[in-house]
Amino acid sequence: MAVDSLEKPAATVTPPSEPSARRIKRRKRGVSGWVVLTLVAGLGLLMLFPFWIAIINAFKPAPDYIANGPVSLPTELDFSALVDFWGGVDFNRKLLNSVVISGSVALIAVALSLLSAFAIGIGRIRGRVWILALFMLAFTIPQEALVYPLFVLTRDLGLYDTMTGVIVILAVLQSAFGTYMLSSVLGTFPPEVLEAARLDGATRFQVLRLVVLPLTRPTMAVLMTFFFIWTWNDFFLPLVLLPSADNQTVSVALGALSGQYTSDPTALAAASLAGILPALVFFLLFQRTLMRGVNLGAVK
Amino acid sequence: MSSANTASLNTATHTVAPRRARKGTSERRGGYWWYILPGAIGFLAVVAVPFGMNLWYSLTSFRGVGDPVFIGFENYQRLLGDPLFWASFRHSVVFIVAMAILPTAIGVVVAAVLFNYISPKFGSKVASFLRATYYLPQILPIAVAGVLWKWMYQPQYGIINTTLRDLGLGGLAQNWLGDSDLAIYAVMNVLVWLQIGYTVVVFMAGLSRVDPALYEAAELDGATWFQQFRTITLNQLRPEIAVVLITTSVAALKVFAPIFVLTRGGPGTSTIVPAYFSFSNFFTTTKVGYGAAVASVLALMISVVAVALLRYQTRNSEGFEDGRG
Repeated sequence: MAVDSLEKPAATVTPPSEPSARRIKRRKRGVSGWVVLTLVAGLGLLMLFPFWIAIINAFKPAPDYIANGPVSLPTELDFSALVDFWGGVDFNRKLLNSVVISGSVALIAVALSLLSAFAIGIGRIRGRVWILALFMLAFTIPQEALVYPLFVLTRDLGLYDTMTGVIVILAVLQSAFGTYMLSSVLGTFPPEVLEAARLDGATRFQVLRLVVLPLTRPTMAVLMTFFFIWTWNDFFLPLVLLPSADNQTVSVALGALSGQYTSDPTALAAASLAGILPALVFFLLFQRTLMRGVNLGAVK
Repeated sequence: MSSANTASLNTATHTVAPRRARKGTSERRGGYWWYILPGAIGFLAVVAVPFGMNLWYSLTSFRGVGDPVFIGFENYQRLLGDPLFWASFRHSVVFIVAMAILPTAIGVVVAAVLFNYISPKFGSKVASFLRATYYLPQILPIAVAGVLWKWMYQPQYGIINTTLRDLGLGGLAQNWLGDSDLAIYAVMNVLVWLQIGYTVVVFMAGLSRVDPALYEAAELDGATWFQQFRTITLNQLRPEIAVVLITTSVAALKVFAPIFVLTRGGPGTSTIVPAYFSFSNFFTTTKVGYGAAVASVLALMISVVAVALLRYQTRNSEGFEDGRG
């Protein structure tokens, strides 16, 4: 059942076909219809407004900003603010760091989740309810209640200010959530399929690799997307555990900006835009997966 | 973790579905323990041991150097008399309004309008497009959202004040983040902006599972849109509303990045929150034992809310499963 329900939320991306009674009404938009549309579209514009002004001001020469303010369109395209910011904080480096950290966390977390969920959902090991409750604890607990010990431990192990340390920590924290999701999927895995594989003499590992893995690939893709984006956006642990500029992620590099550049408005717009761009790319690439993932938890 | 993470809490119950005891599996079962070993070791190293250490630190006087000195519950006692501690939790309540209550209220109305009004009249593509625009802030790293808004709030050249001046309303221009009476509202505004997308997406998904016949019947009875919203939509969305309220409240209790980027708890202590309070104890004033006590109290509060969620979900899905037989 849960395998189905994972696929189902996709229907919400393209809302269900309208019943015929509604289709007839559809032509009757009326004045009130347009008023309501204007209202919700207006709210939508309000939501987009910060994005819009970041874009137009990132390409504005500083004197233009001073003279005409943030609302006007740029009089000429000027990439210097963006170029200065990019070079000034070595943004390529931050992007690379973020990609390496987020990619590794996503892969490791999904692998860990699959292994644990295999034991819980298929293996039905004893005490699984308690194990799941513990895993739940792992992703509800505020990171503040872990951070100082993690700081001490990574320092003692020589993992402080290394990407390895952050990758391991975030992978474990996120795999707690992944274990949850996947256990529920695997807990309702069709027993006939497993039985058939066993009769064919498959070992546990073969069952995992040849039967379970291919059939849960869609769920794992959703999880991996989410792990990647969560890690990309994560702020607190990377802020504490990756202090040096060479190891910083995009999020931390931008968050640490506050205070700097305050006298240079176009630089701030450029910085914002640099932070928005990668997020926007993910959004366009993964819109469906994201929406499905948001619903994965809440829709029962 | 980020606000997207608010989706993450509510997955508890399906996993614990009743198991049929299978003959001969108990022997085989033993071997599955190997598969949970990596996860278990990770949990021990990253969650259990650090959490235990945090609890231990909270019972000590520890400044980050030297050895922690056991002082019993002194930190907790001091906490109860510390106005900053109380202020930080008062602000948590304010941020629950900004991250849970307002976005839920707005989200349910917007979702209903999009799903039941815009979609039938203007087509589902228009509704999906609008949903995507509301969702967009959710994908930003919160730090980026913070920089963006900090820039817009800037008193001299920020867009809000310059626009007010251009409109001849210069008297309304404020030092939004620098005024200790206003800063918390300015932060609230950012959080509402961030959160609406999440609630709209979840509620629209919820509405897609509501039987359209309900609305059709109500329409035949001559119910207005607003009557339908009150009697059908709100009732049918009750499970989603509860889940969203609880998960976003947990997120609100954890809020850190927007505070760090926008105000660092200031001006003064007007926007301090527990997470930032413990962070500054750890790394600014290096009162590690005290910070650990704050973090422990926060963990306790979050657990209480999370257990409420778990109980709610268990109750709900039990009913659901009974219904299915």
